Amino acid sequence: MDFTTQLLIAAISAGTPLLLATLGGILTERAGIIQLGAEGLMLMGAVTTCIVYIRSGNLILALLAAVAITALLGMVHSFLTVTLRANQTMSGLAMTLFGSGLSAYLGKSISGIPLPGTSPKLDLGALKSVPVIGDIFGRMDYLTWFSLLLVLVLHLLIHHTSWGLHLRAVGDNPATADVMGIRVQLIRYSYVTAGAALIGLAGADMVLAYAPTWNEGLTAGRGWIAVGLVIFARWNPLRALFCAYFFGALDSLGFRIQLLGSVVPSYFLKMIPYVVTILVLMYLGYRNRNKPSGTPESLGTPYVREQRF
Amino acid sequence: MKRRGQGFKFSLVTMFLLAVVLTGCGNNNTASNTNGAATEAPAATNAAAATEAAATTEPAAEKPTVAFVYIGPPGDGGYTYQHDQGRLYMEKELGIKADFVENVPESADAERIITELAQNHDIVFTTSFGYMDFTLNVAGKFPNVKFLHASGYKTADNMGTYFGKNYQASYLSGIAAGKMTTKNHLGYVGAFPISEVIYNLNAFTLGAQSVNPDVKVDVVWTNTWYDPATERQAAISLLDKGADVLLAYQDSPATLQAAAERGAFAGGNDSDMSKYAPDNYLTNPVWNWGPYYVKAVQSVMDGTWKSEQYSGDMADGMVELAPFGNKVPDDVKQLVEDAKAKIISGELDVFTGPISDNKGNVVVQDGQKLTLEEVLSMNWLVKGVEGTIPQ
Repeated sequence: MDFTTQLLIAAISAGTPLLLATLGGILTERAGIIQLGAEGLMLMGAVTTCIVYIRSGNLILALLAAVAITALLGMVHSFLTVTLRANQTMSGLAMTLFGSGLSAYLGKSISGIPLPGTSPKLDLGALKSVPVIGDIFGRMDYLTWFSLLLVLVLHLLIHHTSWGLHLRAVGDNPATADVMGIRVQLIRYSYVTAGAALIGLAGADMVLAYAPTWNEGLTAGRGWIAVGLVIFARWNPLRALFCAYFFGALDSLGFRIQLLGSVVPSYFLKMIPYVVTILVLMYLGYRNRNKPSGTPESLGTPYVREQRF
Repeated sequence: MKRRGQGFKFSLVTMFLLAVVLTGCGNNNTASNTNGAATEAPAATNAAAATEAAATTEPAAEKPTVAFVYIGPPGDGGYTYQHDQGRLYMEKELGIKADFVENVPESADAERIITELAQNHDIVFTTSFGYMDFTLNVAGKFPNVKFLHASGYKTADNMGTYFGKNYQASYLSGIAAGKMTTKNHLGYVGAFPISEVIYNLNAFTLGAQSVNPDVKVDVVWTNTWYDPATERQAAISLLDKGADVLLAYQDSPATLQAAAERGAFAGGNDSDMSKYAPDNYLTNPVWNWGPYYVKAVQSVMDGTWKSEQYSGDMADGMVELAPFGNKVPDDVKQLVEDAKAKIISGELDVFTGPISDNKGNVVVQDGQKLTLEEVLSMNWLVKGVEGTIPQ
C-alpha cells in the first residue's frame, strides 16, 4: 500500500466518529436549535456502550442503549430549548458538562477493562483483492458503512423530500412554517432527539472502532471539533463527509510527516488540522462572500407562536 | 404576548441547569471537595495564616496524614493506576488512610490544590513532573509539611524528589523487541520530547541493538500523556511505515490495541497491559511505588526523613518488568532474564560507552558510563533512532 492509500484509510477511521457527530449536529441545527452538547453526548454514548457491552456481551444491545440514553438527553435538550425556550448555548454547554461528569462517574467501574470485541467488519470477498479500492473498502466496519449510507439518506431527506422541506422551513422561518400547518415544536423535538442519538452513536464508534476501552475523557475534544465541522460543512451532509475525512486525514498527517524525517517541530505538526481549518475557512469565506452562508436563519432563536421579535 | 409563567419557567430552567452543573462537578469526588473548600477559603490570602497555623500545631500524632496528587484518574490503567496501587499498599502496610485528588492539571490549579492539601496534611506526594514548580512554591509556604515530588529535579529543605531508573526496564523491553522483530524495524510512540522519554527511547534502542545490531527504531511524538485516539493514530502511522514491534510511553493501551489489530507486537508503559491483547503483548517497564511510599512515610514517622533525590531501580524493586505476553518464546524470555540479573547485580549499566548519537557524534567514550545526572538531562538520540527531538 502506498502513502496515499494508508492516509485515506487512516482518514476514514479517524473521520467516522467526527462524521457521525457532525451529521447529528446538522440535523439538530437544521431544525433551528444550536447543538453545543456534542462532547458530553459523545462521552455518554461511549460510556453507555462500554458498560452495556462489557456487562451483557451483546453488541447490538450496547448500541441500542447508547442511542437510547443519548436520545433521552436530546429530549432534555429539546425540552429546555423548545418548550421552556431556555438559552440554547447554555443548555448545550450544560449538556457537555453534565455528560463529561456523569460519564466519568458511571465509567469508574469499567474503566480500563477491554471491550469483548470491536465493531464487526464487512467482508466484501472478491473486492478485497482489488488494489487501493479493496484496501480501503475491504476492511471497513459496519458503523463506517452505516455512516456513509446515512450521509446519502440525510442528503436526500434534507434536500429532496417534503420532510426535508418542512425541516428547513422550521429552521429558517418557524412562523411561516407554522402558518403552513407544520408542527414546529414536534419537528424540533424529533430532530434534536435524533441528532443527539447520532452524536451518541459517534461516541459508540469511538470505543468500538477506535479506542476499545473506556477511559475518562476519551473523546479528548472531538465533540467540539464536530461542532466546528457543522459550520465548516455549512449544514450540508455531503460536505460533512468531506470535512470529516479531511480532518481525519490531517489528524494523522502530522505523525506521517514526522516519520518522513521532517525537521518541523511536532508541536507545529499537531497544529496542522487547526491551521488548515482556518485557511480553508478563509478561502471558502472569500469564495462564497456573495452567497448565503447556509446558516439556518432562525438558529438559536426560540419560536413562540404569535410573538414578534 | 405570552408572558405569564415565564418567571416560573425561568426558575425551573435555572434549577435544572444548576442541578446539571452540580452533578457534573460532584463526580470528581475528592477533587470537588477541595474545589469547594477553595471557594470558602481563598488559598492565596489565607496562606500566611495557614502557615502560622501549621507552625503552631503540635507535632503530628504518631500517624501522619498523607495526601496524593494525581495527574489522571486511577482507572487509567497506567501511570496513575500504579501510583494508586502504591497508595493502597502503603495504607495497608502502615494502617494510614491517605487522601488523593485525581485529574489535577499541571497548571495554576495544581498550586491551589497542593496548597489546600498542605493545610491539613503532613506529607504530600505530587506524582507528575509538571507539578515541580508548584510544589516548590507551596513547600516554601508550609515549612512543616513534607513534600515529595515524582520525577523532578528541584528540591527544598522540606521537599524531596523520587523517581526510578525505568530505563533499565526499557532496555530489557528493547532486548525482547529486538529478538521479536522480523523486519528489523521497531517503532516508539513517544509522549513528550523531554529527557524522561528520551532516555527510555535510547535505552529501548540500545537494548534492541544489543541482540540485533541491524535494528532501527522509528519515533513519533504525540505530545500527549493520555489521549487514546491520538496515540492510536501515531501507532498506526508507525505500523504503516513498516514497524512490526512497538513500544509506547503514554499511559493508555492504545498503541498495544492498534498493534494487535494488525497482528504486530507491542508494549505500553507503567503497568502490566497484557489484558488488553495477551497474544500481541511484548512486555514493558512497570512502576512499583508501594515499598517506596511505605519507606518515605515511615521515615517521617520516625523523624529520620531528610530531603533527598531518591532514585529507585530494578534492584530495590521500584522498577520492574511486566510479565511477558503469551507469544514471547522461551529463548527470548531467557535472554531478557539474564540481562535483568546482570542489571540487578550492577554488572550491566545501560548507558556504557561507546555510544554514538544519530548525528554521528560519539557521546559516550568507550569504557565510560553516564552519571545519573547526565542520564536525567539527556537530549540526544542514539544511533539507530530515526527521528528528531523537536526543539
